[in-house]
Amino acid sequence: MKRARLIWRKSVNVVMLTLTGVAALSVVSILFLILGYLVYNGGKSLNWAFFTQLPKPVGETGGGMANAIVGSLKLLLLAAVIGLPVGLMGGVYLAEFGGKTFSFVVRYTTDLLNGVPSIVMGIFAYSLVVVPMRHFSTLAGGVALGIMVVPITLRSTEEFLKSVPRSMREGAMALGASKWRTIATVVIPAASGGVITGMLLALARVAGETAPLLFTAFGNQFWSPGWDQPVASLPVMIYTYAIAPYDDWHRQAWAAGLVLLGIVLIANIGTRLALGRGATIRST
Amino acid sequence: MKKTLVLFSLMLGFAYVAMAQGGTILLNAAGATFPYPIYSKWFSNYNQLHSNIQINYQSIGSGGGIRQLKAGTVDFGASDMPLNDELLSQFSYKILQFPTVLGAVVPTYNIPGVNTELKFTPKALSDIYLGKVTKWNDSEITSSNPGVSLPGNDIVVVHRSDGSGTTFVWTDYLSKVSPDWKSRVGSNTSVNWPVGLGGKGNEGVAGLVKQTPNSIGYVELIYAIQNNMGYGLVKNSSGKFVKASLATVTDAASGAAAKMRSDIRISITDASGAEAYPICSFTYLLIPETISDATKRDAIKGFLHWMLTSGQEQVEALNYARLPKAVVAIEMKQIGEIK
Amino acid sequence: MSTSVNAVERAPGNWTPRALLRRLAGGDEVAHIVTLIFASAIIIITSLLVFQLWVNSGASRHAFGWHFLVTSVWDPVFEHFGALPFIYGTMVTSAISLIIALPLGLAAAIFLAELAPRNISDTISFLIDLLAAVPSVIYGLLGIFVVVPLMRTLIGPALKKVFGYLPIFSGPNYGVGFLTAGIVLAIMIVPYIISVSREVLLTVPRDQREAALALGATRWEATWQVVVPWARTGISGSVFLALARAIGETMAVTMVIGNDPKISASLFAPGYTIAAVIANEFTEATGKIYLSALIELGLVLFLITFILNGMARLLILATERAGGRTA
Repeated sequence: MKRARLIWRKSVNVVMLTLTGVAALSVVSILFLILGYLVYNGGKSLNWAFFTQLPKPVGETGGGMANAIVGSLKLLLLAAVIGLPVGLMGGVYLAEFGGKTFSFVVRYTTDLLNGVPSIVMGIFAYSLVVVPMRHFSTLAGGVALGIMVVPITLRSTEEFLKSVPRSMREGAMALGASKWRTIATVVIPAASGGVITGMLLALARVAGETAPLLFTAFGNQFWSPGWDQPVASLPVMIYTYAIAPYDDWHRQAWAAGLVLLGIVLIANIGTRLALGRGATIRST
Repeated sequence: MKKTLVLFSLMLGFAYVAMAQGGTILLNAAGATFPYPIYSKWFSNYNQLHSNIQINYQSIGSGGGIRQLKAGTVDFGASDMPLNDELLSQFSYKILQFPTVLGAVVPTYNIPGVNTELKFTPKALSDIYLGKVTKWNDSEITSSNPGVSLPGNDIVVVHRSDGSGTTFVWTDYLSKVSPDWKSRVGSNTSVNWPVGLGGKGNEGVAGLVKQTPNSIGYVELIYAIQNNMGYGLVKNSSGKFVKASLATVTDAASGAAAKMRSDIRISITDASGAEAYPICSFTYLLIPETISDATKRDAIKGFLHWMLTSGQEQVEALNYARLPKAVVAIEMKQIGEIK
Repeated sequence: MSTSVNAVERAPGNWTPRALLRRLAGGDEVAHIVTLIFASAIIIITSLLVFQLWVNSGASRHAFGWHFLVTSVWDPVFEHFGALPFIYGTMVTSAISLIIALPLGLAAAIFLAELAPRNISDTISFLIDLLAAVPSVIYGLLGIFVVVPLMRTLIGPALKKVFGYLPIFSGPNYGVGFLTAGIVLAIMIVPYIISVSREVLLTVPRDQREAALALGATRWEATWQVVVPWARTGISGSVFLALARAIGETMAVTMVIGNDPKISASLFAPGYTIAAVIANEFTEATGKIYLSALIELGLVLFLITFILNGMARLLILATERAGGRTA
């Protein structure tokens, strides 16, 4: 009797453990499926025209997304200029200067900001920038994305600054350096790998955001000069083209998807490889 | 330190290049998806003729065009639904409405195995969209299409999810032919649909119908043609099943010019006339009467002038009907009112 | 991480004008103030956001009051707005995504934490984390061209054949709908469940596992009956986190859900979520109440994610404390 029970337990053991392996493998294979689809469908549509030409009028085939690529770069630049300093300085504050209660409030608020759905961020940027300016603009899109960059940057900056050993700080102070000097010339450089990684990951995350751009950056058929005009961006173009009926637009949407995913994955893989094993940045 | 300096100067250079496009007049417009194919062609052509004038048009639906014009975020808007007095009063300044083309809204469908043109009665269309007729082989549809074997599959109804002038034209027509529709749903750019899936823009509806078997949707004629999608004939008020085309749309607008002398906003759905296609509409550009920026004002006036002359030559290639000559004359005069 | 400089700051005699100037020149005070300003900027921005949401939704809140949350009409013509269809859609799609993602994610996490050798576990974990980095619109793209046809041709008919008598699988199968959106969402949130659960499972003390094995349990029994329960607080934290992400998801959902503000029992039916309706109708909401109703929906969404994130943080924090985890 006991033997039968033992055989049962052993079989359950094998089955369940195999199932967990299957689960892990299926999840990983989804990643490769996504990549496969994009490479297959997007790869055959990527051509020189895609990168250099402007979109053609509706219904005509050909054209490209040159303005959307540049537009996305401009938006990222703005997001970096607006969001990275705030995240960096905030992280420095929390790691080096913060008092107990105020730090708690800052951390809590940062987590709150991180959890705000991107569409709500779009509403915010609309009322903050678009309405007073009476214009859709690259600036409005940059503000929306910039605010989203802050929480991710802040958390990783704080984490990596805190991980710099006390001995380094104390060594610098023993040599007579003031606090800010220590931070600027010893602590930050020591943590720079992780800090920069956090920044790049934050930018990679907002590069793919579509919802907040729908009513801030809006869209543009042409090049968008300066920062106060509507601008086309890769994610919004993918959305617009994917839901339309034109096969040529679908083709271009796949190509754009491949480009976008390529940028995001390269940023993620590159930074994590550079950081090395053991350092995980939870982008949650 | 050096690296950051290099990066910083690169950024500055980039920013400078990004800014350096002086002398270009940039106009932003938004609105109807109904005329988007011809508008995108016009604005692209106009830019080739006048390389310093860029008109960026975003097709977000007539509702969007009206709203963004009100918020002042665009220089002009576009809508298939003319603004009635109530809507006009919501603007703090006067709006002039310029019809641009005539288009038709067609019932497009995707039924596997059915390659013939279907005929729809007004009752069939309204009952499908009310959810009363749910299967393709319903008698209401089969009685108009003898000889066509329609499957017993459920009809997938597709409508607009965004505020749309095309919806306005469609529901305006349905309200005229179905009292049930008029009382239950009404006509507007956005309504409380009894059934159906929502697609964004004419593009989204066409996209959904194309991808979904057994579906029916309403789109502007050119979207069905450009995507090789079947579209049906509709029975007009004279009892004839009419297919949307340049001829039938022009026929529907034939009586319009006279009425437009007093009010440029008229509805031409369910028009009388033996060959008239019952679901057509003018589509309008909404231009503020007063434009303070002189360069923008001249650019817009120049475009309107071009649109009414050379622009009209291009519309028929995309299956839109030209404006009647009398209407063009009215509009030429109206351009003078923009100051 | 403040050092002894603070003690110096508080010492008497340090507040005379001369001393102040000296300290300013020293730079530490400046650095403190500068970073403080940036840190406060975050608080200001967040408060501004909540304030804007509250104020701009005022017209709708006053017109509909609490009824807004339980009315299921969304009628722009007659200006009756109710959030119920969207709340329903948001909940249904998130629930479906959790039902799929939780078993799948937990199983994968167990594999990665308990069974796989460390380097394989790290590599697979890394690859799964990459899934979390894929932008939402790309999930939407694949949703439209891969999942929707699959649902229409394979999954839907199969479910109907086996379970067609159930109300949740009744009605026509369009390809788009609640179920499709739920499936796409599941793929999007499974990396979060795996990543957090794996970390939490790794912190379970070895002796717990070994004690169970010593008592004759099989590997699976030890894992399922001892290790996982030990980590259940953290795992629930990951669930809330994943849920918060699913609820706020916009693009992928609006591309596959059918965009119809209706409450249906069937999972094959089209629906709408809060995020999706805001994305579709925001730029064109004519009329003050219409726009205000959309912003009120944004406020509701914000509050839901706020609560969920808060609970997630608490749960994960509790596990960290209990497990004696080092950062």
